[in-house]
Amino acid sequence: MLSPVTLMVNGSPVAVPAGTTVAVAVVAAGQACRTSVSGEPRGPLCGMGTCFECRVAINGKPHCRSCQILCEPGMEVRTD
Amino acid sequence: MNKDLQPRFDVLVVGGGPAGMAAAVRAAECGVRVGIVDDNASLGGQIWRSGSEGGQPKEAVGWAERLRTAGVTALCSMRIFDQPEATVLLAEGTDDVHELRCENLVLATGARERFLPFPGWTLPNVMGAGGLQAMVKCGLPMRGKRVVVAGTGPLLLAVAACLRQHGAEIPLICEQASWGNLARFSLSLLGQSLLGPYGKLIQGLRLTAELGGTPFAANSWPLAAHGRQTLESVTVSRGGKSETIRCDYLACGFHLVSNIELPLLLGCQIQNGCVQVDDLQRTTVPKVLCAGEPTGIGGVELSIVEGQIAGLAAAGRATEARKLFGERERARRFASILDRTFRLRPELTSLPAPETIVCRCEDVPYSRLRQHTSWRAAKLHTRCGMGPCQGRVCGPATQFLLKWNPASVRPPIFPARVESLAAFADGPAPEHNQVTGGI
Ligand SMILES: Cc1cc2nc3c(=O)[nH]c(=O)nc-3n(C[C@H](O)[C@H](O)[C@H](O)COP(=O)(O)OP(=O)(O)OC[C@H]3O[C@@H](n4cnc5c(N)ncnc54)[C@H](O)[C@@H]3O)c2cc1C
Ligand code: FES
Repeated sequence: MLSPVTLMVNGSPVAVPAGTTVAVAVVAAGQACRTSVSGEPRGPLCGMGTCFECRVAINGKPHCRSCQILCEPGMEVRTD
Repeated sequence: MNKDLQPRFDVLVVGGGPAGMAAAVRAAECGVRVGIVDDNASLGGQIWRSGSEGGQPKEAVGWAERLRTAGVTALCSMRIFDQPEATVLLAEGTDDVHELRCENLVLATGARERFLPFPGWTLPNVMGAGGLQAMVKCGLPMRGKRVVVAGTGPLLLAVAACLRQHGAEIPLICEQASWGNLARFSLSLLGQSLLGPYGKLIQGLRLTAELGGTPFAANSWPLAAHGRQTLESVTVSRGGKSETIRCDYLACGFHLVSNIELPLLLGCQIQNGCVQVDDLQRTTVPKVLCAGEPTGIGGVELSIVEGQIAGLAAAGRATEARKLFGERERARRFASILDRTFRLRPELTSLPAPETIVCRCEDVPYSRLRQHTSWRAAKLHTRCGMGPCQGRVCGPATQFLLKWNPASVRPPIFPARVESLAAFADGPAPEHNQVTGGI
């Protein structure tokens, strides 16, 4: 078993196994990834980088496709 | 920046799934300089996606080892977004942008799931079937979760088996195809097994064992997903009757569509949504080859053999490539059976309600799209397909629902950062990385 990684999702710590994507950490924490243009909560759809529904801000950088990015210790993830 | 001084790849492969890996290996083993680019953090593509749990099938490990031994340069977490000139591709990395130069190009960009809109499909925890599987492979816990699997295609069974292995409870698998089609499919698989290297395609049969006890319904599809902030239940049409099932996730995909955006950008001829290739996997554009799912949805065996042929052909070894034609022919037969078995039934065109969102990027409802007669007009007037996914989700949906033809692309084929675009616009030589052949 690889050692766990702790990152922050909307200010709360979330611990996940190494190799976990940010999208998984967000869904496992029970959060939506983004709010759509008409105000709906949205989460990952395709899991493979094509739909852009899993966009979050990572370390202040907006619009990151969280399903394509691995969790790193101390990462700050914000959903809107 | 002096571009002429940069060494270049003899063969550059775009896409690191089975087709791309096989192409890169076979080309590199001929002694030429090969690079392989993939958007994901590691190679493997959809079926050999590695994640938090490790443990790859033997075949995947074998190709990965040969890739390393042959000295292929692997460029992960990079996606190709433009081609400024014939032998140059631009790739965006996590924080940077790269210029990749090559003599020959193999496009192995794979496929994505087809999604069809129905009321509630935009709720969080409604995902693609392969989409949820990818999330599970990347660490999403399934123990104790209830998951309805729905849509069409052999992927549904593979996904259900994977979810069960991870501890999910599957109250129902809904397959829209008819029992008649499915019976013919199983029979042809049995026939194929006598033909040679087909063991793995009988996955269907092995899966039945792993799926023991999971309710499976043909002639069935999702009607609506319900929930306030997230999914709580789904109503399905099961053999003509509707039934509501409580669940934590809905894994729903309607078979696959080829990723042809890059081939289109490069000017490759497309026919029926697939890249047209000759017997050596050459597209209509010189020095551009294509292998795997973009040439037609045919499963992993076909991807691997097409990849090998493309890799050998790109390295100038046509005679060796020809030895694999027989194997490819057998794999293609499976592709045509897939196509017939899982064709979408016309009833599915009535899935979306007028207010159902079809374009998820711009939140365009079905009623607004129906006011228009073409993809182009809808784009102009509703912004359908103008969001970051660039129509990758709503394009195939409107193609089925409204018979529109969304096949045209413009660079960048993925939304790229302003800095990435600026780096290659006319003007003073920008600062950027040039990734070139050799390690
Ligand atoms: C979500 C999903 C799950 C699947 N799961 C299974 C399964 O469990 N079992 C099964 O038998 N089949 C599965 N399939 C079918 C699968 O497509 C094939 O079996 C096999 O993976 C095809 O191999 P390929 O190399 O042709 O394409 P893929 O495996 O799709 O590989 C293509 C690769 O190209 C990359 N790519 C595309 N465009 C670019 C670009 N512009 N820049 C950089 N990289 C790019 C993609 O990120 C991807 O990694 C799945 C398909 C999907 C879509
Ligand atoms: S879930 Fe589709 S891009 Fe991440």
